[in-house]
Amino acid sequence: MSTQTAETAGQSEGQGLKHYLRNHMREYGLLFALIAIMVFFQAVTGGTLMRPVNITNLFLQNSYIIIMALGMLIVIVSGNIDLSVGSVLGFIGALAAVMIVHWGWPVPLTILACLVVGGLIGAAQGYWVAYWSIPSFIVTLAGMLVFRGASLWLLQGQSVGPFPPGFQMLSTGFVPDLFPREMTAGLAEIAGSRNFNLLAMGVGIIAAVAIVWLGLRERARDKAYGIEGEPANFFWVRNAIVCGALLFLTFKIATFRGLPNVLVTMGVLIIIYAFITQKTVIGRRIYALGGNRKAAKLSGIKTERLTFLAFVNMGVLAALAGLVFAARLNTATPKAGFGMELDVIAAVFIGGASMAGGSGKIVGAVVGAFIMGVMNNGMSIMGIGIDYQQMIKGLVLLAAVIFDVYNKSKQG
Amino acid sequence: MTLLLEMRGITKEFPGVKALDQVNLQVREGEIHAICGENGAGKSTLMKVLSGVYPVGSYDGEIHYDGGLAEFRTLRDSEDKGIVIIHQELALVPQLSIAENIFLGNERQAGGVIQWQETFRRTEELLAKVGLRDAPGTLVDSIGVGKQQLVEIAKALSKDVKLLILDEPTAALQENDSRKLLDLMLELKAQGVTCIIISHKLNEVRYVADTVTVIRDGMAVSELDASQGLSEDQIVRDMVGRDMSQRYPDRERRAGEVVMAVKDWNVWHPEHAERQVIKNINFNVRAGEVVGIAGVMGSGRTELAMSIFGQSWGRNISGEVSLHGTPIDVSKVDRAIANGLAYVTEDRKSLGLILDESIRFNTTLSNLGGVSDKGVLNEAEETEVAERYRKALATRTPTVMQQVGNLSGGNQQKVVLAKWLFTEPEVLILDEPTRGIDVGAKYEIYSIINELSAEGKAVVMISSEMPELLGMCDRIYVMNEGAFVGELSAEEASQERIMSLIVSE
Repeated sequence: MSTQTAETAGQSEGQGLKHYLRNHMREYGLLFALIAIMVFFQAVTGGTLMRPVNITNLFLQNSYIIIMALGMLIVIVSGNIDLSVGSVLGFIGALAAVMIVHWGWPVPLTILACLVVGGLIGAAQGYWVAYWSIPSFIVTLAGMLVFRGASLWLLQGQSVGPFPPGFQMLSTGFVPDLFPREMTAGLAEIAGSRNFNLLAMGVGIIAAVAIVWLGLRERARDKAYGIEGEPANFFWVRNAIVCGALLFLTFKIATFRGLPNVLVTMGVLIIIYAFITQKTVIGRRIYALGGNRKAAKLSGIKTERLTFLAFVNMGVLAALAGLVFAARLNTATPKAGFGMELDVIAAVFIGGASMAGGSGKIVGAVVGAFIMGVMNNGMSIMGIGIDYQQMIKGLVLLAAVIFDVYNKSKQG
Repeated sequence: MTLLLEMRGITKEFPGVKALDQVNLQVREGEIHAICGENGAGKSTLMKVLSGVYPVGSYDGEIHYDGGLAEFRTLRDSEDKGIVIIHQELALVPQLSIAENIFLGNERQAGGVIQWQETFRRTEELLAKVGLRDAPGTLVDSIGVGKQQLVEIAKALSKDVKLLILDEPTAALQENDSRKLLDLMLELKAQGVTCIIISHKLNEVRYVADTVTVIRDGMAVSELDASQGLSEDQIVRDMVGRDMSQRYPDRERRAGEVVMAVKDWNVWHPEHAERQVIKNINFNVRAGEVVGIAGVMGSGRTELAMSIFGQSWGRNISGEVSLHGTPIDVSKVDRAIANGLAYVTEDRKSLGLILDESIRFNTTLSNLGGVSDKGVLNEAEETEVAERYRKALATRTPTVMQQVGNLSGGNQQKVVLAKWLFTEPEVLILDEPTRGIDVGAKYEIYSIINELSAEGKAVVMISSEMPELLGMCDRIYVMNEGAFVGELSAEEASQERIMSLIVSE
């Protein structure tokens, strides 16, 4: 091979990289934004942000936002919106409190009943949106008012609690380590902490390996069909960062109390929803519905039923989030969930979903939620007042969407 | 009589197409001038040049109007000079009243405050002129299409119109409403308003026109004077009299058994419940046969196809669709697909494709069951399917992961075809399959259609381009105003015969 051809090959590869980066700016941008924000707050809080107890708290604080963001992503991808989730979260928390504290229902029955009620609430709203074509903004705005009022009525304006320990475990419990303490004592010594949860670390390692393995399998498949995938160096750098961060975080968690129950719930849900949206027929149809409802309908897709199901799903997830939230506060208050729908919606949009529907990813919504969560947490540690916090969060949301639109206009 | 308007040597080019080629048009003051021509002949383009939608400089030639050289840069410029166009799709705001619509953009005002009394008084005068007795405060929503048309004319009169242009004004009207409108035109003529009417309906043209200009392939081919008697045959011949210069791939014609038969099909308009859009239609298509449906725009062809395909259009649908002699359920799109029907829409961008998604995504969309197992997609198989159709249809794209929004019209159409071929239909209904694509791609689409019929598929082809139907079809049904008005075999069909079946209604 002559040097000249090698040069031109290098050049075209360089252009390919540039081209690739431009088309995928959003995904990398989001990841780097999260990392940059974490590094920034780690620095300005003097290392408090990344302390094991705070990392664990971060997950606990944001779990209900992330759980609802999963459902909200689907609703938004389908071309709708749900403004009622904050109120539904509050209402379900109140319902659980009344069931357990006033009526003395057993915890498992309460959880089941609450999830069913959540699904019914979603169905009641989704019915009008899907089969009567009433704008979701209106229907869920009404729902927001109705369920805000309903939780006030249920609680008679009072806080109800506390919950039995079994219920609190939903949120504040930790998965016990499978491995005996004698085995992990040495590791704890090395890590310089009181204990070391080997299970948590193990899960982190398995997850990291799985991410790389799945990525490699996908690449091999793309290559077999000649599809231009992510350039190899990008792939490895991105995976190194993701896995590095993952291992770092699980290490931190392992040196505190191990895996919070709610983190396990959340992780499982994230995997399930990422799978549904990316790999299943129903997921594919939701994207088609949001991308072009008329074309989807003429392709034989039952657009009404899908819209309906998206809202039912949202209702169930909002109910689950309501249970987690109530368990975390250990009481149900009439103010629970106030304004939370906005945090959830903001997380989904920061994560790259489009208001028009048809685009957005689960992982994006989760990262979006963490960006908001880390900012909340970091600014609180710094002692920044809620006034400034709100303003900064608002501007971050606007900036993220402007970045999106700007990128798109440059691509087109 | 003096000339009010003279357009000289108007040439207008779009990338790759010459829409108008040295067109001359002379309109005398106080006459009704009809412009006739096939769909796509260039009538609307000519009117857009005249009204300033295409500003001066974007075309060649000169427009002389009302004794001077006219150089319109916007629609507003031409309106200021008294030229008003009323389009086929009415430009009224349904939620506003008649009076508000008439003075929209031209409000009777004093310092930004609307003078309601003057508005209503003037509206009443104008409505009296067009013979409408509804109150000025009536919402446009609540009156029929015929009356809406009159409101448009009243709106034009409010602007001191000198030259009124009506684009297919009676296309959406019932018989007696059409007659009223034409009589109004004659009345306006008596009051000194000059009119240009664009119409397919030759009986109407004969009724009102003083002069007829026929446009074909972007050229004005003849000017006929009504005082010497207008012959419909003459107009039809001038409208379609081009050489069959386009080529169609050869095909062995061998029709087999009847595959799909539609019996007593009736459909009503989804919003105007009193309007019957499809009237008692019967037709069939055989294996290996390409059957055409000819007709002008608005004749109900798309509505017929969409109502058959899962009742995607219309209401109160009645009739029977059978496949191989057995009645089938086509009440939902997914059932129609499952029963072997496929419908390639005329509007691929808004009804056929998800433009932001990839070729692969779009190809498998109607048959996701074919690339999944228990609801889980097999992306490798999807890629394989998309690749197979990319090769079979020669879709030009770097990879099947390309966004379809970035493809050319012809390649987009191939993706739509791929999507429907993957559902393995027995009957393929193609609605304007070559609309908006270039000549080379058209030939490729024709070849694909021929291959499908050779495989024994039954193809129904709806098209506004008559040469295309004549070149491709074994049989042609002629449709007009929601009903079939004739059926011609390939041997007996000609443009003249189709046109005269349409205009004889």
